[in-house]
Amino acid sequence: MELDNIEKLLEKYFEATSTVAEEQTLQAYFSQEKVATHLEQYRPMFNYFSSAKEERYTKQVPLKPRRNYYKWLSVAAVVVLTFGIYYEYQQQREAERVYQQTKEAFALLAENFGKGTEKVAYLQEFEVAKQKIYNND
Amino acid sequence: MKQAEFLNVVMPFKDKLYRLAKRLLVSKEEAEDATQEILLKLWSKNESMGEYKNVEAFAMTMTKNFCLDRLKSKQASNLKLVHSNYQDENTSLQNQLEAEDSVRWMERIMEELPEQQKMVLQLRDVEQYEFEEICELMDMKPTAVRVTLSRARKAVRQELIKKHSYGIG
Repeated sequence: MELDNIEKLLEKYFEATSTVAEEQTLQAYFSQEKVATHLEQYRPMFNYFSSAKEERYTKQVPLKPRRNYYKWLSVAAVVVLTFGIYYEYQQQREAERVYQQTKEAFALLAENFGKGTEKVAYLQEFEVAKQKIYNND
Repeated sequence: MKQAEFLNVVMPFKDKLYRLAKRLLVSKEEAEDATQEILLKLWSKNESMGEYKNVEAFAMTMTKNFCLDRLKSKQASNLKLVHSNYQDENTSLQNQLEAEDSVRWMERIMEELPEQQKMVLQLRDVEQYEFEEICELMDMKPTAVRVTLSRARKAVRQELIKKHSYGIG
C-alpha cells in the first residue's frame, strides 16, 4: 500500500513532475528506520538533502561602520577641498599685493636714478674744459 | 530602513544564500565571504529595497550571479579549486574511505554535476522552492527547469546505483 505509493512518487520524482509536498513525503519516508531493501539505494540522496538544509550561516556581518565611514569621508573631502581653494586664493592675493608694492618701489628708484644721471651730465663740462686747457699748452 | 528592520528582512533567508554559495563555491570560507558580500550589497541598497517585491528572490539571484562570476574569474586566472585538487590526486583511496560516509559521498556527487543542475537541485530538493520561483531565480523557462531537474536527479541516481552495486560486489 504505502510502498506502492512511494514507488509511484519516486517515478514522478525522477521525471521532475512531483510537487513539493510529494517530495516532502519522500524525504519523510527515507528518514525512517526501515526502508524497503530495493529502495535502500535512494536513502543517501534524500537524507543528504534533509541534512544539507540544516547548514547555517553563522558569521557576523559588519553592517554599520562601512556605510558611515563613506558618508563622513565625503564630508571631510569637501571641507578639505573648500579650505584648500580658499587658502590658494588668499595666497594669490597676497602675492599680487607684494608684486604691486615692489613695482612701486622700483618705479621710485628709477625716478631717482634719472635725477642722478641728469646731474652727472654736468661732469662732462669739466672734461671739455680740461681738454681745452691741455690743448692750449 | 534601520539596521534592525533590515536584519528582520534578511534573517529568514541568509542561510539559503549561504547554502547556495557553498553549493557553487564548495569551500566554506569562500561561501562565507560571498554571503557577506551579498548581504553588504543588499545593505548598501537598502533605501531602494522596498521597490523589490521579492527581496529573497532578488538576493538569491544576486548570490547566483556573484558565485558564477567568482568561478569564472577563477577559471580565467587558471587557479584550480582546492577540492578538485585533492580529488585529482588520491581518487581511489578517497573513494574507499568515503564509501562509508554517505553524506560526503553525496556531496562529491553533487560537486560533479554541471553548475545549472547543481543550482536547480539545490533550489528544489534542499530549499524546496516552487517551480515558478526557480524559473524566476534562474531566468529559465518552466520546461527547461523540469528537464534540468530531472537530469540532475537521474545523474545522482546513476552515481548512487553505481556505488550501491560496488558496495555489494
